[in-house]
Amino acid sequence: MSRMLVTGNAAAAWGARLARADYVPAFPITPQTEIIETLGGWIEAGELDARMVTLDSEHSMLTAAGAAAATGVRVFTATSSQGLLYAMEMIYTVAGWRAPFVLANVSRALAAPITLEPDHNDVLAARDSGFLQLHAATCQEVLDLTLLAYRLSEDEGVRLPIIVNLDGFYLSFTREPVQIPEPSAVDAFLPAFDPGGLGFSASRPVSQAVAVLGGGPYSYFRYEMHEAARNALAVFDQVAADFGDRFGRHYSPVESYRCDDAEIAFVMMGSFATKAKDAVDQLRDAGQAVGLVRPRMLRPFPDQALRDALVGRRGVAVIDQNLSMGLGGVLHTELSAALCGVPNAPVLASFVGGLGGRDIGASEFFAMVDVAREAARSGMPPVPRLLYTRSELREMRKLQGIAAAERAAAGQPGDGA
Amino acid sequence: MYRIRFHGRGGQGMKTASRILGTAFFGSGFEVQDAPLYGAERRGAPIFAYVRAARRPIHERGVIDRPDLVVVADDTLVPIPTAGVMAGLGERSVLLVATGEEPAVWRDRLQLQGPILTLPIAAEERAELRFVGASCAAAAARLIGVISWADLERATQQELAPLGETVVVENLRRGRAAWDAFAPHEGLVVEGAEAASQVDERPDWIELPFEAARISAPDIHVAATSTEVRTGLWRTIRPVIDYDRCHRCTWVCSTLCPDSAIAVDTEGAPRIDLDHCKGCMICVAVCPTHAIETIPEGEAKHAESEEARP
Repeated sequence: MSRMLVTGNAAAAWGARLARADYVPAFPITPQTEIIETLGGWIEAGELDARMVTLDSEHSMLTAAGAAAATGVRVFTATSSQGLLYAMEMIYTVAGWRAPFVLANVSRALAAPITLEPDHNDVLAARDSGFLQLHAATCQEVLDLTLLAYRLSEDEGVRLPIIVNLDGFYLSFTREPVQIPEPSAVDAFLPAFDPGGLGFSASRPVSQAVAVLGGGPYSYFRYEMHEAARNALAVFDQVAADFGDRFGRHYSPVESYRCDDAEIAFVMMGSFATKAKDAVDQLRDAGQAVGLVRPRMLRPFPDQALRDALVGRRGVAVIDQNLSMGLGGVLHTELSAALCGVPNAPVLASFVGGLGGRDIGASEFFAMVDVAREAARSGMPPVPRLLYTRSELREMRKLQGIAAAERAAAGQPGDGA
Repeated sequence: MYRIRFHGRGGQGMKTASRILGTAFFGSGFEVQDAPLYGAERRGAPIFAYVRAARRPIHERGVIDRPDLVVVADDTLVPIPTAGVMAGLGERSVLLVATGEEPAVWRDRLQLQGPILTLPIAAEERAELRFVGASCAAAAARLIGVISWADLERATQQELAPLGETVVVENLRRGRAAWDAFAPHEGLVVEGAEAASQVDERPDWIELPFEAARISAPDIHVAATSTEVRTGLWRTIRPVIDYDRCHRCTWVCSTLCPDSAIAVDTEGAPRIDLDHCKGCMICVAVCPTHAIETIPEGEAKHAESEEARP
């Protein structure tokens, strides 16, 4: 094994390479493109025996990915943001085919207004599709979760496609030390894909019977997908235990950091959670019992593991790097459901932060602990808060001033600002 | 933890500089995080890259707001607010500027509390700065003082290998020169605290007020706002027309300019809109009478400010 500096994008490509992906349908989009460029370079250099095909859109790309997986080859593909949304019809469809493969999504906030920097609304749009979701916080996790994802996805008791999510810029373009496992060790962990009952073939045309009417058969197929996704919780534990034995890195569906005796815990997903770790360390040094709970797995939702980690805490600051318009943070909502009616459940304080790559400062983590502690003391959940400062609003007012001047110059109605 | 920021323009090798320094730190036994951050992703547009290095795993992420060292490869970026060169410079922070001017000029101009050093750039190289990345990485490594030349050399070779042996050799030559030049300042950069903030710091949060859609929707329905964006600031070299040699053909340079930054006046003479010329030099290449020359932007600016003096 060698330990080297690689970006999150390169780590995703290493995952596909070590998994010996046979087929890579591709379409570029910032900040994902480096993944397919890296794979393309390896294929060109003869270092990876795979076929890459550039498609005309992400919609075609996902169709190709699902169809190829249904022929029984191992498929890797990648996209981001608007690309994931463009493919959304096929995201649901190929999951319904029960075609197992891995899709790396490099999170980037959605238009409009358009941006390049990350939040999780893109990947959450695929939340109910039947794709399972694993969320990485480091470049090492990007690689390791990609390998785990193939075992999980191809398991006969699961057989659903999986999204491995990494945050744009903060992981995609950031180099960190990553252990690259030996190919032979990965081969032992992840043998060639056994397609079982799959096996579409161009030379043997058959139709896939997927039209149903009346609701009964439809309910059966859809609920079986749900059951398979729930079954993935147990399968993940087995697969992760095997991975841990072989590679010494242990992954649970929920990471729990300095949480055993914590009074207050942060709950958040993705790469910003490592910033929360720093805040936890500093607060611990200052004598405060604070910890971090991070779901690596969002689908299936690891509700029992979250209850195990959080029951006994007094207050929880849930930080959502997403926003469901008209509701609030998605993770906060799901966590509330998981803790509803559970004795000794902590009081939840909801925060929305990091939208469009907006940084979350250390001082904000400290302040969120204050809010969660006060909520625990009073027993009253506080009003949800957007992490947003006075100076940010001042900057916004400057932009609005420019907009008002432009409108006035164009003879449009004023905004009164 | 060491926190270092490199500022330059797209094409000047700031990502490469951060990678050379990051790989050299890693080779010296440090945990490392390095990353570029670009806005416009265009040649000439301001970009920066950063490196963190520590003896333990690094959990900090994103922009470095309290740097121990800031390296500026292109001194024309200093006065551009959006480039953010000066952000977070404290009394301990070292500023290294690649420039044709003396350190005293920069000390006088910037009035910083911390040390300011300069990496001299010869006049004939100011236009392209092709090797400035390797020089900046080497100067930074020497100022930090915990990386050996052998580790820096290996890192430079590793990061530049795909560009071929000739490029590696020339960059190593430049890097070595910068490494030697900064020997008197070895160890000037002091490692910052492990934590960048104190636990009693609090953010100045506010409640976001509700505002009606006519204020809060991201719509400005005004035409031609892109003219307000002065993409000419991305230019590192400038086309200059010699009107004695210009034949007033009235169309070649103006038609082929990809940014429509050349207009023909009523006399048939081409006029370059320097607020929007990005310095691609296609006009220089296509002019049938070779009437357009290339000069370094820094030189042109300097000449303009001399002319403006009373």
